[in-house]
Amino acid sequence: MTDGQVIKRARYKSSVKDFGVPGVLKMTRERFFFMPNDPKSSARLNVEFRLVKGHKFTKEGSNKQALLNLTVDQGGNYIFEFDTFSDRDACREYVATAIAVSGEAGRAGSERSAAPLQDEQLSHAEMERRIRLLQEDSELQKLHKQLVIGGVLSEAEFWATRKKLLDENASRKSKQQVGLRNDMFHVKPSSDGQSNKVTFNLTPEIIHQIFAEKPAVRQAFLNFVPSKMTEKEFWTKYSRAEYLHSTKNVVVAAAEAAEDDELAVFLKQDDMAASEARRKIRRVDPTLDMEADEGDDYTHLPDHGLSCDGSKDVTDSPYELYRRSLLQELNRHAAVVLEGRAIDVELGDTRSVAEALARSKQDDLTDEVSDGNINQERLDRISRMAEIDDLQAPRDLAVAPLCIKDPRDYFDSQQANAIKSLGDTLAGAKQMKCSLSTAEAYGSLRDYISEIKTSGLNDSIVKPEVALKVLNGLTQSISSTKYHLGKNPHESVLDRLPYVAKQELLHHWMSIQELLKHFWSSYPITTTHLFTKVSRLKDAMSQIYPKLQEIKESVQSDFRHQVSLLVQPMLQALDAAFAHYDADIQKRSAKSGERPNGFV
Amino acid sequence: MTTVPSKLYADDVSLLMVLIDTNPFFWSTVKNTFTFSNFLSHVLPFLNSILLLNQLNQVVVIATGYNSCDYIYDSSLAAPNQRAESLLGKLEEFVTRDEELSQQNSIEGVWSSLLSGSLSMALCYIQKVFRSGPLHPQPRILCLHGSPDGPGQYVAIMNSIFSAQRSTVPIDSCVIGSQHSAFLQQASYITGGVYLKPQQLEGLFQYLSTVFAADLHCRSFLQLPKPVGVDFRASCFCHKNTIDMGYICSVCLSIFCKHHKKCSTCGSVFGQAQTNVASASDRKRKTTET
Ligand SMILES: [Zn+2]
Ligand SMILES: [Zn+2]
Repeated sequence: MTDGQVIKRARYKSSVKDFGVPGVLKMTRERFFFMPNDPKSSARLNVEFRLVKGHKFTKEGSNKQALLNLTVDQGGNYIFEFDTFSDRDACREYVATAIAVSGEAGRAGSERSAAPLQDEQLSHAEMERRIRLLQEDSELQKLHKQLVIGGVLSEAEFWATRKKLLDENASRKSKQQVGLRNDMFHVKPSSDGQSNKVTFNLTPEIIHQIFAEKPAVRQAFLNFVPSKMTEKEFWTKYSRAEYLHSTKNVVVAAAEAAEDDELAVFLKQDDMAASEARRKIRRVDPTLDMEADEGDDYTHLPDHGLSCDGSKDVTDSPYELYRRSLLQELNRHAAVVLEGRAIDVELGDTRSVAEALARSKQDDLTDEVSDGNINQERLDRISRMAEIDDLQAPRDLAVAPLCIKDPRDYFDSQQANAIKSLGDTLAGAKQMKCSLSTAEAYGSLRDYISEIKTSGLNDSIVKPEVALKVLNGLTQSISSTKYHLGKNPHESVLDRLPYVAKQELLHHWMSIQELLKHFWSSYPITTTHLFTKVSRLKDAMSQIYPKLQEIKESVQSDFRHQVSLLVQPMLQALDAAFAHYDADIQKRSAKSGERPNGFV
Repeated sequence: MTTVPSKLYADDVSLLMVLIDTNPFFWSTVKNTFTFSNFLSHVLPFLNSILLLNQLNQVVVIATGYNSCDYIYDSSLAAPNQRAESLLGKLEEFVTRDEELSQQNSIEGVWSSLLSGSLSMALCYIQKVFRSGPLHPQPRILCLHGSPDGPGQYVAIMNSIFSAQRSTVPIDSCVIGSQHSAFLQQASYITGGVYLKPQQLEGLFQYLSTVFAADLHCRSFLQLPKPVGVDFRASCFCHKNTIDMGYICSVCLSIFCKHHKKCSTCGSVFGQAQTNVASASDRKRKTTET
């Protein structure tokens, strides 16, 4: 980027339609000046870039003005028209950098921390993405508030360790490539109504689309231009053909085609497109019977069954060649639009567009296997798709069946502990093992059933004193479980802490992790920035240290031991960081101290 | 089914699936203290009282036998005002059929009943009820069980438990044997049911009506017996030692206290841990919570 200045001839305009004041536009790093050619004119400008919020410009095109529009903070704008687009672009690029630089300077002034890791130029979208991430994750927001707004880390440092988070969010909305226009009749002939002249308007965009939709025209262009005719002659001929088509006069078209071979190319049906279509049909799912539903639509009727012009629809075989159906064009157009922009070529150069398109089609062709293979593949596909499941032999799956040698192992692995916790021992189970005769056992069971069948239910189901005992026992055990709960080894210690203490502990743990991550990643210290960063981090960490102590002291004495067990690893991690910090400082001071000592 | 307008189903209408242990070997061992007829004389009044609690309550009884299981009572199929005693006839038939399936003349060692089968049948019945429409009684399962756990049924029973958990069907357990049941303890713990081992079996009816009669809606207002806590820590398959950390076979979930070349349960060959770091990350924590 040029860092000097830019001076270009330009007209300063109050609005786009205004002719404007001719003069000279000069841009320096901080501001831009406009000096009108007429010294008496009042349209003099001297504006700081600091005030410029953004810039807009017109797209390059043959009949467009080369405009640059600078919008300022207060809502005003300055419009300049340049003689050429290259002049405009030079100014545009200069403005873009100038705005970025002055914007950054403005921000840096308001920010206290002097982070040499220069704050990236954040786009609005990027900023929004970060804000959204913070809004979605309250923990992240807490950390951000504490560390970034608290001045321990810079915005860039904070996000640098979360690049993935940002990337993932970014990839969600990939940059969309602009597709082709989907309106069909953009090449409309326009007549001025006075002369017999008919005008066609062709832009690079339209040419691209013509080439994509009509491979024969593309091929003709490559064949004829420039060896046989100029590009202009080519398009004139093409336009003539389009005009003939638009009149729907098949007879005239045939007559003209007979006289002009090149024109005939445009008028005749597109063989290349037709063969491409045939190739596509071959790739259609072979089990799809396209003939079967032919009656459902109007494809067999010319022009989609709409009689556009009944008188001319008589099929005259010599002219059939020159007839184009609306449906064909519509389908072809739809296919091309849906395919999207297949090539990545600047649209300006017609020839290179044509060549690129031809190449991409060629690639498609070579991708395909030869015709013989296609047929074999079709047959394979048919047999594969027409397969009836129940007639097939079971397919050998690529997975080995799970074979568990003895499922009892799973039980043994758990039972011991489960029973132990209820105060039982496995010894009891062993006692129950005994030898029994099957018939005897079943017989006695049946006896009990018939016993109750004949005697019926007792009048009092339970003796009152037994019932009372049961009730008392149940009540006692229920009320005692309340006190037992604390002894449950599977309850987390955290769950029994007061809510505030629990939240605080969790939050401190998160902050410590974040700070330690930044701390250790700053070593070895190679720049002064890292040096100050590390000392900032150390200060932040040493502030947490006493807070952990406070939590330990604030909880009830029953929990104190548990909490100190929880806090212990946090303190250890911090101690390790402090020790490393101190050792590093000592090494540094020893190094820097050596020299003066040596000199003294 | 009784033709009751379905809109009358409120949240206090219960479908109680009762699984009763009819393992003849179990009842033979306890016949000196608590006979099967004693047991039935407590259970039948309990079933009747459930039916009396709410006109729309439904009780289904499944017999958990030694060789088979079967439905022996369904209050929705019974004649109006017929009491639960009517199940006795079906029960007799069931016991005879169960005996016919026996292949040995005598039994040695541990004899467990087919709890996995009756749990599955109960869950199938409940699924049928769930699919009968948006309005249905609130189902729960009550296991009246005494036989020792059958380790061979582990996988099937755990699957039933998880299936019950998924469809939020609590499994209540009332253990009438002399020893605790690890299966039922887990079943009740995982599904949020009540696990109880009555100390005085002669007061069984009192236990049943005090602890297991309340419908699910009422339970939220009641203090029911709570588990003291289930120790789900696993022991390794190789030494049966209780461990907090260990290796788990990623194919069959077997647990080992140290690295093996091959899984002893399913035969999968384990990759060699390359470095210390890698082996540390291979080491998975066995979580003790469900
Ligand atoms: Zn082991
Ligand atoms: Zn395994």
